[in-house]
Amino acid sequence: MGRAWVSRKQLKNYGMLGMNCRNVDFINRYNDRKLFPLVDNKLQTKLLAQEYGVPTPLLRFVVREQHEISHIEQEFEGLEHFALKPAKGSGGKGIMVVTGRHGDQFVRSSGTEVSISDIRRHMSNILAGLYSLGGSPDVAIVEDLIAFDECFAGYSHEGVPDIRIIVFKGYPVMAMLRLSTHASDGKANLHQGAVGVGLALDTGRCLYAAQFGRPVSMHPDTGQALGDIHIEGWRDILLLASQCYDMTGLGYIGTDIVLDRFQGPQLLELNARPGLAIQIANGRGLLPRLRHIEGLTLNRRFRSEHRVDYAMRQFAELEKNPPGVGAEVA
Amino acid sequence: MNQKRGFFAVLMLLALGGVILAIARHVVTGTPFLPGQEKSVWLVEARIDFDADGGAVTASLALPEDQMPGYELFAEQAASPGYGFAILTERRSRRAEWTRREASGEQSLYYSAQLVESENRDDNHANDPPLDQSRIVYWDEARELAARDLLKVARERSSSPQSLTRELIKLLDSATSQNAALLRSGAEQRSDLIMHLLERADIATRSVKGLYLEDARRRQTLSRLVEFYTGSEWLLVDPRTGAVGLPADFLVWTRGRASVLDVIGGSKSRVQFSMIRQTISANQLARASNGEGLFSRLGVQRLPIEEQSMFKLLLLLPLGAAVVVFMRVIIGLQTSGTFMPVLIALAFLQTSLIAGLVSFVLIVAAGLALRSYLSRLNLLLVARIATLIVLVVFLISALSIVGYQLGFSTGMTITFFPMIIIAWTIERMSILWEEDGSSEVLKQGGGSLLVAVLAYLLMQNPLLVHLSFNFPELNLVLLATILAMGQYTGYKLSELWRFRAMDDL
Repeated sequence: MGRAWVSRKQLKNYGMLGMNCRNVDFINRYNDRKLFPLVDNKLQTKLLAQEYGVPTPLLRFVVREQHEISHIEQEFEGLEHFALKPAKGSGGKGIMVVTGRHGDQFVRSSGTEVSISDIRRHMSNILAGLYSLGGSPDVAIVEDLIAFDECFAGYSHEGVPDIRIIVFKGYPVMAMLRLSTHASDGKANLHQGAVGVGLALDTGRCLYAAQFGRPVSMHPDTGQALGDIHIEGWRDILLLASQCYDMTGLGYIGTDIVLDRFQGPQLLELNARPGLAIQIANGRGLLPRLRHIEGLTLNRRFRSEHRVDYAMRQFAELEKNPPGVGAEVA
Repeated sequence: MNQKRGFFAVLMLLALGGVILAIARHVVTGTPFLPGQEKSVWLVEARIDFDADGGAVTASLALPEDQMPGYELFAEQAASPGYGFAILTERRSRRAEWTRREASGEQSLYYSAQLVESENRDDNHANDPPLDQSRIVYWDEARELAARDLLKVARERSSSPQSLTRELIKLLDSATSQNAALLRSGAEQRSDLIMHLLERADIATRSVKGLYLEDARRRQTLSRLVEFYTGSEWLLVDPRTGAVGLPADFLVWTRGRASVLDVIGGSKSRVQFSMIRQTISANQLARASNGEGLFSRLGVQRLPIEEQSMFKLLLLLPLGAAVVVFMRVIIGLQTSGTFMPVLIALAFLQTSLIAGLVSFVLIVAAGLALRSYLSRLNLLLVARIATLIVLVVFLISALSIVGYQLGFSTGMTITFFPMIIIAWTIERMSILWEEDGSSEVLKQGGGSLLVAVLAYLLMQNPLLVHLSFNFPELNLVLLATILAMGQYTGYKLSELWRFRAMDDL
């Protein structure tokens, strides 16, 4: 066990990105403020993704006005399972996942049954801005549910594991898999107790894993060894993430991607102020990689394939020789 | 890089400019850098209001003498557009006289005096022989009898004019004596009553009118004290308490029977006083009399008294803002609401620290309890916060009343808290509670209070108060510091803990 503190010099040696540095040197410099709504509003992100051919869960319909809610049941006809979300929600708040029907009732992912009037009230809360930042009026979106990919069986407490990839100027620079746990109450936020699994950029294999800022080697609820994790079709996932740069024009973003059993990788949402916990999950700092990309003489015509291949080559090297002394979970 | 160098050059310029200006002010005006080297100067302003009848107007105000016990007159001005003004001295008493041929409607005349505290508490008039002025006012039979009885008891219990006066005042306050009650029930002012009683005991008296000096007071009237002659000297006595001697912070404005204010050609006249305490070095006092230098013109001290007390608080705000930036950027402490802690610290300045902390925690805790009920009503945000504001007002009134009934006078000062900010704080904390649990609320709430306390400690530091008020240009240095911290891209202190796992690698 380490000490309760780590020295400034050590952090610098590991290339850890701090909050001040992220805000001043990356978000302020590379993310144009007028582009923020593209990622802060899930509906806009989704429409943009459809325009650019980036796969996302299929949008079924949008509820914008209160009066539409009174005859909403027609819209749900034939929909067995769906996710109901506020467009401007953050941190997974206000999301209602329906996995099936039981007569007139809707079955939620937790197993509880709700009626159409419960859904109406939930929608009305969303429109009133209960889940949006600052309480501004919002719209409700209904989209297809992600079909849980079996490769993650035993790795998640509830909810679908998602892959967070930091994309800097179109180059994927770091990736992690977020697994919800009992402690995180099914949520994928690391500070609430989800497990973060750092993924090698060249292979999509587990590199390191952490929960509550401490290294772990197996899922705390299921006991499944985390070192065996290997994401199939890794290059396609990186490609998808890289395309989000072309789509939004934001230089420094976090992309949240989920794997669908039938549809393959899907873009779930984007974040213009991605957190720093990914460094803990990887046991590595972001800064050397960011500075490396910053130092490239960037050719605008580079397509996402080139960027992904470059990142897979370049950062594989870094992973073989990590700045910290090797402590890989194997 | 070049851009960065330019930025730091600007910062250095700002900081240097602030320091140089401060030093220049120090050299030119002699304002000291440390508090305590200065003398207290009281700026007392008399404001005369009356309705002019339309004809010629003469207004005459009694003025203090050059030398008063404990104070020295340093400078005086009169402001009264359209009026002729003169200071007349007759028979050792000074009066200000405003004159005008024609005036109608409401009139306001101002006289202000700067008084320096002096060591000399001797009274020039302490040894004046008493005038033969036995102008005894006769009362009706019953009161005369009561006065005679009271004086008899007082005389029996005393040995000197001092003790007689003391006993007399004590007897007058006695709740059981019918004589005292009868005398008290008269229409006379307390000071007149004492004077008439003392005159019946063949003790010469004088009436004294003056001001109790207290910083940043407005709309004060003159208090009346009584002087009596012991046979060798005059002694001052407070007719309410019976305390003999010059009270602390009491400025003798005028003596004797002459009226304080005479207005000829006007009605509804009255005079009110406001005062503020300033700190000026002896050196500056010497120079201020010509007072036309650039720095004395650009000082906050040139503003009217009422604005000055506001500026005293306002000029402390940059200090609080710098504390917040430091705690958030360098230390990495989480607070709820960015500058809420500064406003809380300002409120603490009014309430004192412990009372402020206790009442703030009480209000927020009670607010959170009420808010948990509100969240079940599914209200819109604006309505929810408006409801909270109303509830916070109720809470504060309730706390003040309870505090008052329990005998805590500090209960009343809770009203200094910025209510709308508190309502927002409660709202944020409650959302935080629902989403991230109570530990996060405690973390952010504790962080906010810690920052508020730190800001308070700095903002009540006498040295910093002195510097911010007398050298406003030093805020440029603070500005440069804040700008520099805004460019800091290093690790926060909290990140050394957050990334502690990196130590294990």
